[in-house]
Amino acid sequence: MIDIIQQFWRQFLWSDGYHLSGLAVTMWLLSLSIAMGFVVSIPLAVVRVSKAKWAARAVWLFTYVFRGTPLYVQLLFFYSGVYSLEAVRNVDLLNAFFRDGYNCTILAFALNTCAYTTEIFAGAIKATPYGEIEAGRAYGMSKFTLYRRVIIPSALRRALPAYSNEVILMLHSTTVAFTATVPDILKVARDANSATYDSFNAFGLAALLYLSITFILVGLFRKAEKTWLAHLRPASSH
Amino acid sequence: MDKLIIQNIHKRFGDHEVLKGISLTAKAGDVISIIGSSGSGKSTFLRCINCLEKPHEGTISLNGEALRMQRAKSGELIPADHDQLQKMRTRLAMVFQHFNLWGHMTVLENVIEAPVHVLGMSKAEATERAIKYLRKVGLDERAQGKYPAHLSGGQQQRVAIARALAMEPEVMLFDEPTSALDPELVGEVLKVMQALAEEGRTMIVVTHEMGFARNVSNHVMFLHQGLVEEQGSPEEVFGNTKSERLKAFLSGSLK
Repeated sequence: MIDIIQQFWRQFLWSDGYHLSGLAVTMWLLSLSIAMGFVVSIPLAVVRVSKAKWAARAVWLFTYVFRGTPLYVQLLFFYSGVYSLEAVRNVDLLNAFFRDGYNCTILAFALNTCAYTTEIFAGAIKATPYGEIEAGRAYGMSKFTLYRRVIIPSALRRALPAYSNEVILMLHSTTVAFTATVPDILKVARDANSATYDSFNAFGLAALLYLSITFILVGLFRKAEKTWLAHLRPASSH
Repeated sequence: MDKLIIQNIHKRFGDHEVLKGISLTAKAGDVISIIGSSGSGKSTFLRCINCLEKPHEGTISLNGEALRMQRAKSGELIPADHDQLQKMRTRLAMVFQHFNLWGHMTVLENVIEAPVHVLGMSKAEATERAIKYLRKVGLDERAQGKYPAHLSGGQQQRVAIARALAMEPEVMLFDEPTSALDPELVGEVLKVMQALAEEGRTMIVVTHEMGFARNVSNHVMFLHQGLVEEQGSPEEVFGNTKSERLKAFLSGSLK
């Protein structure tokens, strides 16, 4: 184990000498896709539960497709499938975008987590106590104010436990990124494995890294729940 | 001067006509109690006043300004101008049977929410106002940072009343404000409402509390099957009851 650590610690953590690698790449993939998925999922969730029938159906179709297919297949589809189309390669901008493994990976990850997050938030929006919405109306709130001040803040709080789960699952899902030649933690572990044949320690180290990230994420979410879900805790804990 | 004039409200749910033409006029300082058995349409009528229910017929005007309505495909009248409706609603603060406080906001946040984000007041000014009205309903500093779920029903309803007061509304609408409370908590809420009535606030109160209707209000309406069966001053309505139905209702509820 010491040998692998001595030889590969820099690659496992941030750099293979030329490019970012390992933990830094995994965290970059995770945070960028989670951030993009989060930002887009809020308006999509609002549309998903809205009375605009066709728009709601379109969002439903999007989440259905991206939750109904494996992330691995989605990544291959964007990285190999889309790029194999001549129509894509002939457009400079698309060609440049889809040639890059990072772009395809982030795109697939963001769309995938966006689909799951949209459903989580939509469920939470639907569970908003009706009386709170009615109170907002009775106090003269416009629809926009009602969403901004009452429905979304209340729904996001309620969704926090389910959402933290989604983030951790997304962390684990980043391991398919090597398919698009992205040097994440697992890619470094594979390299270490083929260089040393010490599979136990190579993959063991990767597992330890993922576990530590999960440990930190769980801690952060627990802290967030303590702050944002204080209103749902029994009074005695005050 | 007439503050609120409601004329000829009709409302149907499906084929069932819940309100068959109810009118009400409130002058400044009036406290009007609306009584009646459940299903008589009293809550529906109150909810038509601020358009939480859309009436099929009728007019609503506040301080001489009529709410512009248009007919929807469903046959209901809907507000033609949402800005006008929203402005009108800020002047008709409502207190609900189930409090309907915003659960993710503290007591103080609940009370300053609409003044800041609907009326556009500064946070500092709204907070000052909120503290004043929270004191008025008997809630001190310790309650301000608490969440609604951590309060008793009576405290929650008093917060809801402070939330309504913070709008400094023209008319306050109370929809069975004590019906969801444990019996021992009813008194604290009624006491606050009585104090408000004595200050000269204009209030319309749907209630099962006959003591409140008799002692605090200056006008009582008895609804039966979507119509006003009897109305007048509490002395007339309770002391010299004419309608047989009201007599039966009162003997039932005074037991």
